[in-house]
Amino acid sequence: MSAPAAIAIGGLALRRGGRRVLDRVDLEVAPGTVAAVAGPSGGGKSSILRCVNRLLEPPAGTVHVDGRDVTAGDPVELRRRVGMVFQQPVALPGTVAENVRFGPAQVDRLLTDTQLAELLELSGLEPALADRPADELSGGQVQRVALARCLANEPSVLLLDEPTSALDPAARNAVEEALGRIVAERGVTALLVTHDLEQARRVAQRLYLLAGGKVVESGAPAAMLDGEDHPLTAAFARGELTGEAP
Amino acid sequence: MNQVLNDLDLGRIAASLALVVLAGLLSRVQRVGLVPELAWSSVRAFIQLVAVGYALQFIFDADTVWWTLLLLSIMTTVAALTSAGRAKGVPGARRITILSIGTAVVLTLGLVLLLRVFAFTPRYIIPVAGMVIGNSMTTCSLVMARIRDDLDAGRDHVETALALGASGRCAARPTVTRSVRRALVPIVDTTRTVGLIKLPGAMTGMILAGASPVDAVQIQLIIIYVLVGGTAVSALAAALLTSRAFFTPQHQLLAPLLVKK
Repeated sequence: MSAPAAIAIGGLALRRGGRRVLDRVDLEVAPGTVAAVAGPSGGGKSSILRCVNRLLEPPAGTVHVDGRDVTAGDPVELRRRVGMVFQQPVALPGTVAENVRFGPAQVDRLLTDTQLAELLELSGLEPALADRPADELSGGQVQRVALARCLANEPSVLLLDEPTSALDPAARNAVEEALGRIVAERGVTALLVTHDLEQARRVAQRLYLLAGGKVVESGAPAAMLDGEDHPLTAAFARGELTGEAP
Repeated sequence: MNQVLNDLDLGRIAASLALVVLAGLLSRVQRVGLVPELAWSSVRAFIQLVAVGYALQFIFDADTVWWTLLLLSIMTTVAALTSAGRAKGVPGARRITILSIGTAVVLTLGLVLLLRVFAFTPRYIIPVAGMVIGNSMTTCSLVMARIRDDLDAGRDHVETALALGASGRCAARPTVTRSVRRALVPIVDTTRTVGLIKLPGAMTGMILAGASPVDAVQIQLIIIYVLVGGTAVSALAAALLTSRAFFTPQHQLLAPLLVKK
């Protein structure tokens, strides 16, 4: 990789309740690309994302975003550069417009109506939805509002924690299309946690398989899913890989 | 003991007990099984109130600042510990209740003395402080338990706000506002309907003891305003401190599931 990684994680380790959740995880995401982390539930995938934007303090190891150590600066400022979409669609109180304006409002910046409309379109939403109460929208729409809400902060990195697992296939496709547009048009780097290997194939350029708190296999998604050199990925696809260390 | 028997008109008290006996009989007929509890609570009420009555008499007669301050400290501590016990799972609950109830007592009594609403005599200070402390105790418990439960249930909302670059304080604001409003509903409603639905305790007591209704009203109004003010102060302080207690300095929400409830 010639350009420095947008996200670089080295030796990340995490214990919870005496159990080893992450065991020296190394992971890199090149700028302007999407990397996916897949693996059995309870394998610490979400914890990796939470260490990148410091919703969780990285206990051991290093996490760099755009070459900067995330623990070195102000976490609030970091989170404006690193957007996150959660598994459960969350509508903050108020209209869609108020949701999208939430981030910039934290630093007294007002998003113009044109900027707002652009963000909604980029996220696959009709700009006419701006005045609707956000909690009246469908789960899939709220998840796209969440994307637009993150983008309003003009982040360089997006963290996506199983953003489509609570959605039906049509809503999932809409979110995936929006993500593709965002990466292409804004040059954003994304780290996607998913348990859906086909989703990784559709949206990511690199796939990491996490099991027992370790990265056990990694590579280009198509090669990992179609080739025969990645037995653990094949086992996970067949539903035969558990959360235990192999 | 003989002194106590001479001081109290036991006949009248015994006569009023007839109602409790009646309630006991009814409970027996309906097999509700309330008799032991009714009996025990009646005995406790007698012992506690007689003891408090004599303690107050002693302090009123002594009329020194130190006894008053000592009693106020004890009352605040007992209330704070009781309230903290109801807010399990809130980090540093005892510190929060002591600070919140203590602030309410100091501020309300300070203002009352500064504005010369009452003289600093135990006869006024102790009962008024007792009411402020008692109400603050209940309100603090409500506020703290509510914030704890709401932050737990609304974890997704709070972390969404944090992830967008909100401070912990800003992310918790909707939760805090909601819990303070709800905790203050009873006292605000009482204030709004005072006299229309029921006569408040102090006024009832004064009228029964022979004071004129107008005098009773004057005291009652002062008490209500002091109570509303004091309770609101304690609720706001408890809300501020509790919401802070759930965030790290790095604006991370502590996991309430990991904190024992």
